[in-house]
Amino acid sequence: MKDFIILIMGAILVENFVLVKFLGICPFLGVSKKLDTAIGMSVAVVFVMTIASAVTWILNEFLLVRYGLDYLQTIAFILVIAALVQFVEIVLKKVTPPLYRSLGIYLPLITTNCAVLGVALINIQREYSFLKAVSYSFGAGLGFTLALILFAGVRERIEHSDVPESLKGLPITLIAAALVSVAFFGFQGLFSN
Amino acid sequence: MSEKSIKMKSTMKTLTNGILRENPTLRLVLGTCPTLAVTTSAINGIGMGLATAVVLLGSNTAISMTRKVIPDKVRIPAFVTIIAGFVTIVQLLLKAYLPSLDKALGIYIPLIVVNCIILARAEMFASKNDVKLSIMDAIGMGIGFTLALVAIGSLRELLGNGTLFGITITAELFDPAIIMILPPGGFLAFGIIMAILNKFTSVKVTKTGCHTCELQCESCEGHKEAGV
Repeated sequence: MKDFIILIMGAILVENFVLVKFLGICPFLGVSKKLDTAIGMSVAVVFVMTIASAVTWILNEFLLVRYGLDYLQTIAFILVIAALVQFVEIVLKKVTPPLYRSLGIYLPLITTNCAVLGVALINIQREYSFLKAVSYSFGAGLGFTLALILFAGVRERIEHSDVPESLKGLPITLIAAALVSVAFFGFQGLFSN
Repeated sequence: MSEKSIKMKSTMKTLTNGILRENPTLRLVLGTCPTLAVTTSAINGIGMGLATAVVLLGSNTAISMTRKVIPDKVRIPAFVTIIAGFVTIVQLLLKAYLPSLDKALGIYIPLIVVNCIILARAEMFASKNDVKLSIMDAIGMGIGFTLALVAIGSLRELLGNGTLFGITITAELFDPAIIMILPPGGFLAFGIIMAILNKFTSVKVTKTGCHTCELQCESCEGHKEAGV
């Protein structure tokens, strides 16, 4: 149990996907303007990341490795993720229309979110067991959520401040992200192995 | 002007477009993840830039050749499969011939698949133009991406490590600020370079070009709402 808690906390704080590993920067910069869109996107990402890691783990273990096809990993994973996102979209639409209305618009964005493919590949690279892979992915999703929500707060403040002309927009956002990233850097070495 | 020279001119324009005017990293702001992640040194920047350029060249050529065969409805999955195929080729080649670079770039090599630059060029250029122009576009964009990565990588390496391409430059001048080669330095260097460009050019970059990526969602209302 302790192992899993350390794994999840580590994925959230020490190896934060956005601020330390630079995965999923596009949605991080794109949808962090307002708090409610940030939350919607984050929930969708946690959801897809957890499911995608489970599916890709099973696919890798029982199909690709067993039949010596592991060179097809990249192609197989991206197609599975793309199909999965479509599938989740259809299921949500049928089963829970309210949830679909709030998450639906973020789902198509997730296929090209490198955090999803990234977490699937890291799970395989580090040879995690099935449960570890799923909890690591869940933690990574939560880390994405934390970064996105924290940063949405920072950006709402930037909106109201007087920024020099050439720093307006993306440059000041990136510099603010650097400062948030410095804060997360304080978590390095939180868990000693 | 003869027809041939007009054609020649548009070919050259396509080539140079990606290097300066529509630089994928600094002007269109596509593919930010690899830009920030691997630019801890100039040499890594070159490696990542060239790997992406090779994939882009392959995918642009293949997509342009097959653009009349692929039905419109399944074009995105088809593009993704083609791109993933070329990424796998590059991945295996790097593993075989440049294992040290493969190790340095690690997971970001397979992640070229989801690099927006490639899918965006496939959708916006290669699926609409002939093979020759698409190749030119890929070369231009590839060079532009590589140059931007090398610029950011050089700045970070110089300030963070006092070296350039592994050669010591600022031996006694100042103590290197290690933060520049750590993750926060990536955001900082990218932001500052973009601000400098904004200062000296007329067109301002204020948001990312990532919206060109969710191509499946062109018609859905929500994506405007999401403000992406």
